[in-house]
Amino acid sequence: MKVVIFSTCVVDLEFPNVGIAMTEVLERFGCDCYLPKDQICCGQPTFNSGYAKGTQRAFRNQIDALLSVDADYIVGPAGSCVAMIREFPEFMKDDPQYADKAREVAAKTFEFSQFLWRVLGVENAGAELDGRATYHRSCHMTRLLGESESPYALLAHVKGLEMIPLENAHDCCGFGGTFSAKEPEISRQMVDAKVGHIVDTGAEILISCDPGCLMNIGGRFNRLGKPIKIMHIAEVLNSNVDESRISYLKQMPV
Amino acid sequence: MGIQTSDKPLLERVKESEQDKFMQASVAKSQDAQHIKREDSRALLGNWEQWRELGEQIRQRALKYLPDYLEQFSDNVEKNGGDVFFAATEEEAVDYIQKVVKETGAKRIVKSKSMVTTEIDLDKRLLAMNQGLQLMETDLAEFILQEDDWAEPTHIVFPALSKNRDQVREIFMKLGYEGDNDPMHLARFARKYLREYFLKSDLGITGCNFAVADNGMINLVTNEGNADLTMAIPKTQIVVMGMERIVPTMNDAEILDNMLCRSAVGQKLTSYVTFEKGQVAGETDGPEHFHVVIVDNNRSRALGSEFQSILQCIRCGACMNVCPVYRHIGGHGYGSIYPGPLGAVLSPILGGYQAFQELPYASSLCGACTEVCPVKIPLHKLLIEHRRIITDQRHMQHGLNNLMMEAIGIGTGFPWLFRTAVRFGHLGLKPLASKGEVHAENFIKPEGSVKGGPGLVGGWADVRDLPLPPKNKDSFRQWFAKHKENQPKPGDQKANQ
Repeated sequence: MKVVIFSTCVVDLEFPNVGIAMTEVLERFGCDCYLPKDQICCGQPTFNSGYAKGTQRAFRNQIDALLSVDADYIVGPAGSCVAMIREFPEFMKDDPQYADKAREVAAKTFEFSQFLWRVLGVENAGAELDGRATYHRSCHMTRLLGESESPYALLAHVKGLEMIPLENAHDCCGFGGTFSAKEPEISRQMVDAKVGHIVDTGAEILISCDPGCLMNIGGRFNRLGKPIKIMHIAEVLNSNVDESRISYLKQMPV
Repeated sequence: MGIQTSDKPLLERVKESEQDKFMQASVAKSQDAQHIKREDSRALLGNWEQWRELGEQIRQRALKYLPDYLEQFSDNVEKNGGDVFFAATEEEAVDYIQKVVKETGAKRIVKSKSMVTTEIDLDKRLLAMNQGLQLMETDLAEFILQEDDWAEPTHIVFPALSKNRDQVREIFMKLGYEGDNDPMHLARFARKYLREYFLKSDLGITGCNFAVADNGMINLVTNEGNADLTMAIPKTQIVVMGMERIVPTMNDAEILDNMLCRSAVGQKLTSYVTFEKGQVAGETDGPEHFHVVIVDNNRSRALGSEFQSILQCIRCGACMNVCPVYRHIGGHGYGSIYPGPLGAVLSPILGGYQAFQELPYASSLCGACTEVCPVKIPLHKLLIEHRRIITDQRHMQHGLNNLMMEAIGIGTGFPWLFRTAVRFGHLGLKPLASKGEVHAENFIKPEGSVKGGPGLVGGWADVRDLPLPPKNKDSFRQWFAKHKENQPKPGDQKANQ
C-alpha cells in the first residue's frame, strides 16, 4: 500500500521525532511511505486569520504536492491539519482547475490514529510504555474531523500504559493557531486551566494527536516549571514494539 | 445601554475580567452544571442531531421567506385587534414606544426580559424623556442589575451571573431588605416587591421568543412568570421583537420551544411557555391595547449576506455555556450586550466593525459553539468570515503582526521558501533562545528554548516556551531522505537475494 506522508509544517519545523515515529509505525504495518518535498502547510494559519486571498497559493501548492505521488492514502500526524484538508473541496468548489483535485485529496487523507484503526484495522500496535498518562483530545480532531474514538482505542492496548481520564477534556487548550500569539492574555488563562486539569490527573505523560496543542500545553508546562513528558500518539505506538503483540480488529469500526 | 457596553480595548477588558475571580468561578461552575443538564435533557428527545436539522430547517425557511412571513404575521396581529410598527432603526422603535407612552399617559411601566430592548437602550431613553415615569425590570436578574445602577449584563440568559448573593443582598438593602444572604429569602423579597409594582402598573413591555406568522401570536418562555404578569395586568402591552423572531406556525414554535428550553437551561420546558395575542373577548385579563414593534436595527445587513445564518439564532445562550473563551473573560470581556460566540458574530453586524472589530479574534475556533448550537449556526466559520472581511476586504489589520501574517502567507505558498525556513529555523531562532531547565521532557531541548521575540513570536513566548527548532541535519525531511536511501529498492540486487 502506497502512503503519502502529509508531514505538516509544525512537524517539519519543530518535531522530527513525530514524523519519524509515524513513518516507522506505518512501515511496520506494510505501508510504502513517500514524502513529497514540495508540500508545506494546510493553510490554516493565514486562512483562519482572515487572509483568504493570501492562502490560495498555499492551498493549491499543498494539493499539487500531496497528489504528486500516486498513492492509495495520505496520512498526517495532526487532527487539525487533516480536518483542514477535508474542507478543501468546500474552499475550492468554484476553482475549475482545483475543484476535482481538492475532492480527490480530501477523500484519501486520514489522521494517523484514524488511519491505523479505521483503515488498517489495527487493534494492538504492539507497543509497550510503562507509565501513567492522560490524553488531550483536540477540538478540531473531535469536532471538525469527527474522530473521537481511534486514539482511545489504540492507547487502550499499549502494554504497561495506564490511561487516566482528563477532567473537562472537551475544553480547548487555548492553542487555536495564531490565536495563541494574537490573544496571549486569553490563551494563557485557557492553557492554565488545561495544565491544572492535567496536573490533577497525576499523569507523567501527556499524549495527543495534535502537535499544535502539544506545543501549547508543553510550552506552558515548561514555563511554569511543572514536570511532564510530552508524547505524540505515534511516539507512544512506536515504543518498545514487540511484533508478536500486534493484533487486528475482528470487526472494522463503522 | 445600547449594544456596546464598553469602549475599552479588548485587552483591557480581558485583564479586568481576570481580576473578577468570583465571576470566573461562577461562570465555570455554571458552564459545568449546564453541560450535564443540557446533555441530559436533550438526550430525552432521542436523536438530537435530527432535531437540530429540523430546527435549522424551520429557521432557514423563516429567513428565506422573511418578508412574506412578516407581512402575514403583521396582518394577523391587526386582525386580532393589535397594532404593528416596523422600526428600521432603534430611534424609530423608541419614538414609537414613546408615542404610545404619551398617548396612554403611562406612569408605571413593567418590563419582562428582552434583549432587543437592551439593544435599543429603551429603559434609559424612556426615563430620560418622561419626567416622573417609573419603570421596572421584573425578571429577577434584570431587576438586580437595574437596582445596581443599570450594571451591564454578563449573559443573555443569566444576566446577573457575575453577582454573588452578598452583592445581591447589598443591592436589595437599598430597597429596604433587612434579611440575610439566603437566596430563598432574597427571592421572596424580590417577589413581594415586584408584585406590588405589578398591581399598580399601567403599561407592560415584553420581548418575544417567537412570533407565529399564521395566527399573529406571541410566544414567551420564562421560569419566573413575570412575563405573564406583564401581559396580564397592564391595560396596554408593547411587544418588542427583532424582525427575525418569526416562525411560520404553532407547530414550528412548539418544536423550537422544546429545543430552546433544553439548550438554554437544560429543562424539558420552562415553568411558563405562553402564547398570547392581546385580550380575548369575554375575558378580563390581557391587554386591551396590544402593540408589536418589529425592529430591524441593522439585522437586514445580515440578510442575504454570508452572515444570514446568524439570524437563525434563538437566543438560547448555549454557545456561551460551552465557550472556553467566555469561561475566562465572561460577558463583560466582550463589551457587548451580546457576548460569547453569538455576540462575537452578531455585534459587528449590528454595531459595526469600528466598534467590534476585535471580537471575531476573541476565539480559538475550537468549534464548541458550532457543535452545541440547536439550530446549526456555523458560528466558528462565521468568525473566520468576519476576519476575512476585516483583513482582505477592509484592510483594517496593520503593523508588525499583519506583516508577519502576510509573510507566512508567502512562506506557505512557495516550496523553496519553506524549505529555506526548515533549513534555517534553528539558526534563525537561536539568537532568541536561552538555556534553562527542561521541565517538559521530550519537547524542550537542552540547547534551549525561545522565551521572547517580536510581534507574534512575542505573543507566543509571553505565555509559553517555544522549543528551538532542530538543526537542519536533524529535521524530519533530512531523516526521511536518508531513511529512503537506505531502504532496499525494488530491483536492488541485495533486496532480491
